[in-house]
Amino acid sequence: METLALLAQGFAVALTPKILMLAVAGCIIGTVVGALPGLGPTNGVAILIPLSFSFGLNATEALILMTSVYYGAMYGGRISSILLNIPGDEPALMTTLDGYPMAKAGRASDALVLSGVASFVGALLATIGLIILAPVLARIAFLFGPAEYFALYLLAFATLGGMASNNQAKAAIAACLGLGIAMIGLDNSTGLPRFTYGNLHLMDGIDFLVAIVGLFAVTEVFVFIESHGRDSAIGVKLEKLRIPVRDIMRSAMTMLRSSVVGFIAGVLPGAGASLGSFLAYVTEKGIVRDNSQFGSGDPRGVAAPEAGNNAAAGGALVPMLTLGVPGSGTTAVLLALLVTLNITPGPLLFQERPEVVWGLIAALLIANFVLLILNVPMVKLFVLLLSVPPRVLLPGVTMIAFVGIFSLSGSSFDLVLMIAFGVLGFFLRKLDVPTVPIILGILLGGEMEDSLRRAMVISSGDWRFLFSSGISTGLWIAAVVGFIAPMFVRNLLKKPQAITD
Amino acid sequence: MKSDRIFGLIIVVVALAYIASATQIQTSFLADPVGPKTFPFLVGLVLAVCGLVVALRPDEEQVRVRSIGKLALAMVVLLGYAYTLRPLGFLIPTAVASGIVSYQISPRVTPALLTGVGLSVGLFLLFKFVLGLGLFALPRALLS
Repeated sequence: METLALLAQGFAVALTPKILMLAVAGCIIGTVVGALPGLGPTNGVAILIPLSFSFGLNATEALILMTSVYYGAMYGGRISSILLNIPGDEPALMTTLDGYPMAKAGRASDALVLSGVASFVGALLATIGLIILAPVLARIAFLFGPAEYFALYLLAFATLGGMASNNQAKAAIAACLGLGIAMIGLDNSTGLPRFTYGNLHLMDGIDFLVAIVGLFAVTEVFVFIESHGRDSAIGVKLEKLRIPVRDIMRSAMTMLRSSVVGFIAGVLPGAGASLGSFLAYVTEKGIVRDNSQFGSGDPRGVAAPEAGNNAAAGGALVPMLTLGVPGSGTTAVLLALLVTLNITPGPLLFQERPEVVWGLIAALLIANFVLLILNVPMVKLFVLLLSVPPRVLLPGVTMIAFVGIFSLSGSSFDLVLMIAFGVLGFFLRKLDVPTVPIILGILLGGEMEDSLRRAMVISSGDWRFLFSSGISTGLWIAAVVGFIAPMFVRNLLKKPQAITD
Repeated sequence: MKSDRIFGLIIVVVALAYIASATQIQTSFLADPVGPKTFPFLVGLVLAVCGLVVALRPDEEQVRVRSIGKLALAMVVLLGYAYTLRPLGFLIPTAVASGIVSYQISPRVTPALLTGVGLSVGLFLLFKFVLGLGLFALPRALLS
């Protein structure tokens, strides 16, 4: 009941005209960001963060705007998956498998409506899951000391590297690069500079927003130029929208199951929405009795990944808000937003700033209904967007990224650093090295080192302290298993890329 | 095959350089048991080991970067943009940079010109009047 009272308080925060307007604006922007190929939730949110500061929004408002964008992007990603066979963002990859065949069979609008409804179910259930699970986890999080936090950070890197990449060594390299970059600047406990080489710009450390925008937005431009811009603007014919009641009824159970699978995948630190949609699809294919149509336009194959990735998006917010450990790339960016707004996520957030947490949750519930309206009856508007050619879209995105970073500090140094990250990201992408662990490393590096050092202060230098409690030992075991286990099941569970062809 | 070996070796070199500069970190007399050097050492060590693993057990795939010239040009254009945005104001550098990037994605002159001018003016109006950013439209020298 306490939860309901808090939720009511949250609605009191969310139901003001300004917040509602921000939530709706976020939903629209998010759907656009998700629908446009090459502009995913991570880089979409990353580009918008610097701009949201210039609005002068307070913490709650900025967080609600960005989280609505995040939810919206998860909805929007399916549009180009279904119509163009190009995933609008990475989590929507699995939707192409059955969505595009459905569209080719002349049922594009059925697929869009069905997937919109599935997204809604997934996101709604995940938000409810968030309401139930987050306070519980926040209470458990009080038991976490520095040793537990250190193990938890390790777990996040291990699961991210183990499950979300094809090569553990490369994922670990990415994580170390991020952690190494995080060390640049003044040392937290001694106040002495590290790795600054006498450069004044480096004294403050490297701003993670610069790294994020560079690694995602600028890299995308280089990738596009290299691949000679496959012009995605294809004339898509949409028949009249109607509600495919039969398909929705038939896939109702699918949506429920996939939401649960997706939510669990989302809650695991470091795993994220792509894994959620992948697991949802694979599980569903294994469970249903007649799966012969999967891969050639089975409506349940459209519903499963969409419910899964939206549920994972909500689930990923749980560890981000309660423990300060993001569950995916985009929540890592949202964490960056929180840190920049001077909000420390974690158990104390639920006690000290309940209006932020519950306002956000209430706004997400509202955003879900807004997104359902935007993505089912009004989906045609967003389909029009797919006709924006990349030659306009990409320079536009680049310029927005530049102005955003420029408005943060007004220094050319940050812009040059951003380009450097763009170049780095391009080569890493070519080499199949994931870039999300870099972001996570830059974000969490300082905290991770601090928790290690605090733990060692407590134990006056005894390393065994790191494994002394039940929770920390459990997290260490989970981290090792999460990193190593995927090596053995890799042959059983092929990555999504392999399934596509 | 080869590209991963080179990448692995570069990572090893970077890791060693990182460890080397970590040894230069000044330690305060107030230092805690771990000190400011240990964590960077650990990171560098893991990085070096992983670099070796990649170099010794590379992925099959050979990476090829096509059109290096175009990429280099794009980089130069963006760098130029980074340095001219402040002294020359928003409109001119944005038009030039977005026009060139647009031309690189789809090499037709007229659409690229239109994209450059359109984005420059459109984004300026958006940033200045809708979002209220303090941007300068024209070179500062002209304004003073």
